[in-house]
Amino acid sequence: MIEVKSLSKKYGSYLAVDDVSFSIEKGEVVGFLGPNGAGKSTIMNIITGYLSFTKGNVSVDGIDVIDNPEAAKKRIGYLPEIPPLYTDMKVKEYLYFIYDLKKVKFPKAPHINEIMRLVKIDNVSNRLIKNLSKGYRQRVGFAGALVGNPDVLILDEPTVGLDPKQIIEIRNLISRLGKNHTIILSSHILSEIQAVCERVIIINKGQIIADDTPDNLARKLSYDTSLVARIVCDEKDMISTLSGIDGVSSVTSLGKKENGAYDFNIVPEGDKDVRAAVFNKVKESGKTMLSFSSDAVSLEQIFLRLTEAGDNEAARKILGISKDDNNSADTAAQTQIEESEGENSDSDIQA
Amino acid sequence: MTAIFKREFKAYFRTPIGYIVLAAYFMFLGIYFSLIYSYGSPDLSSLLLAMSVVVTFTVPIITMKLMSEDRRQKVDQVLLTSPVKLSGIVLGKFFAALCVYAIGFSPAVIFEIIVASYVSVNVLSFIYSLFGMILLGAALISIGMLISSLTESPVISAILTLVVNILVLYMSSFSSMVKISWLSAIIEKAAFISAVESFGKNVFSIPDIVYFLSITAAFLFLCVRSLEKRRWA
Repeated sequence: MIEVKSLSKKYGSYLAVDDVSFSIEKGEVVGFLGPNGAGKSTIMNIITGYLSFTKGNVSVDGIDVIDNPEAAKKRIGYLPEIPPLYTDMKVKEYLYFIYDLKKVKFPKAPHINEIMRLVKIDNVSNRLIKNLSKGYRQRVGFAGALVGNPDVLILDEPTVGLDPKQIIEIRNLISRLGKNHTIILSSHILSEIQAVCERVIIINKGQIIADDTPDNLARKLSYDTSLVARIVCDEKDMISTLSGIDGVSSVTSLGKKENGAYDFNIVPEGDKDVRAAVFNKVKESGKTMLSFSSDAVSLEQIFLRLTEAGDNEAARKILGISKDDNNSADTAAQTQIEESEGENSDSDIQA
Repeated sequence: MTAIFKREFKAYFRTPIGYIVLAAYFMFLGIYFSLIYSYGSPDLSSLLLAMSVVVTFTVPIITMKLMSEDRRQKVDQVLLTSPVKLSGIVLGKFFAALCVYAIGFSPAVIFEIIVASYVSVNVLSFIYSLFGMILLGAALISIGMLISSLTESPVISAILTLVVNILVLYMSSFSSMVKISWLSAIIEKAAFISAVESFGKNVFSIPDIVYFLSITAAFLFLCVRSLEKRRWA
């Protein structure tokens, strides 16, 4: 549905997007993740035709956005970072304007009413946009993107400024729309991407550093995940006891957490599974273990680790992929994960 | 284009701008008309030409927000990502502004009808002058639009447009200061006021029509280019 081939965009001498390629199939819900200034919005602006690009090729539904911009734009509903609203208009009036602007063919009043119901703004349809709260404005912008029922929805941080209840509503709406729309979504709220998207593209410094499902990314990184144990014991003794275990590379105390109980961070050597050994050792020493968990990698940690990796090559190294064999590595990892599903996940997922 | 035209036209009357501009036109037309009436002159084309001063000061108000406001409020994103041509956006806004401007002259038509019902008047001369004023408006609005598209601030846009308006309309006044004779002649001829005055002389002046239309077309084209250029920034 969306094809981006070796896309580059320069602002003056600043390279905002650097040779980015990806393709999104019909019906996919893809999340763009990246720190501020990574180039997410720029890529979105390019796909929607707001910005041009320096090099590369972008097509939507097989239509080149440069050769036939109008046809391409007709297929896209776009909600930019700041919803583009004429604040001097009323909500309904604004949506009617968008309807006329997009030259939509559906019956006007029912179509707009349906959209207003969908994003829950029908109760403010006759209010001036400038008097609406940020959350309502955001939803009016969303409604604008939905006018004409375009196949592709591009949503730049759609839940910014909404309250938790509205966030859940919009998230559910995106999930529902995802069934028959192709959606690209960017967000700073990582749990949102985890909840809504089937696929995550992590962008840093204008380059794609990861392109996979959220679960796969989590698994790829979990091999060096440490364990956290809470044990009722003497702090120093336990460190030396645990350090003596074969396969444990380091033990650090995280301090006293409960009465007489300390948390320890246990880092295994490489991809060794030391959970049983640790548990038995504690049992042997006659101490009580209160809790024991693997420090599961959340998307948040992946994100931080990848974007703080220094350069993008280092980030790719963490994921065990090189720039060229991105796709093949992904597939290999996927098969391995399916095989080891349900088993210890911090094992051999380095593709 | 029609969607943008409708929106922009209505937008003038959502803010005081449309009312203020129309009030100014109606007031000055009324004052000039009462003056001409008291002199007993049946020729209203001079009434229209006298409006050029008012036009100089009001066109910047009409055009100041036309392009700049969209950019400031980031609404240009919805226009530029909609299946509309850039020329459609520019023309829609241009005609909305021109419409407000033209409505400003509507009392003159009523005055002419009143006068014509009492004495015989040269209707053709009036029509030429009205046509000339509309063309002048079109040219000035297109210039104002380009300036508005170059800035995000309506105030800067208004001030710059005013300066440019005074220059292009009345540069003939400065022509005597220019010592190079051919340049001075060009300035004399190129001043918009010279073209406007020729419309008042009861002649259908084709060169002046072409002059105004080509100025309008050129600046509208530049306005489209300025929108396009922003995409490449």
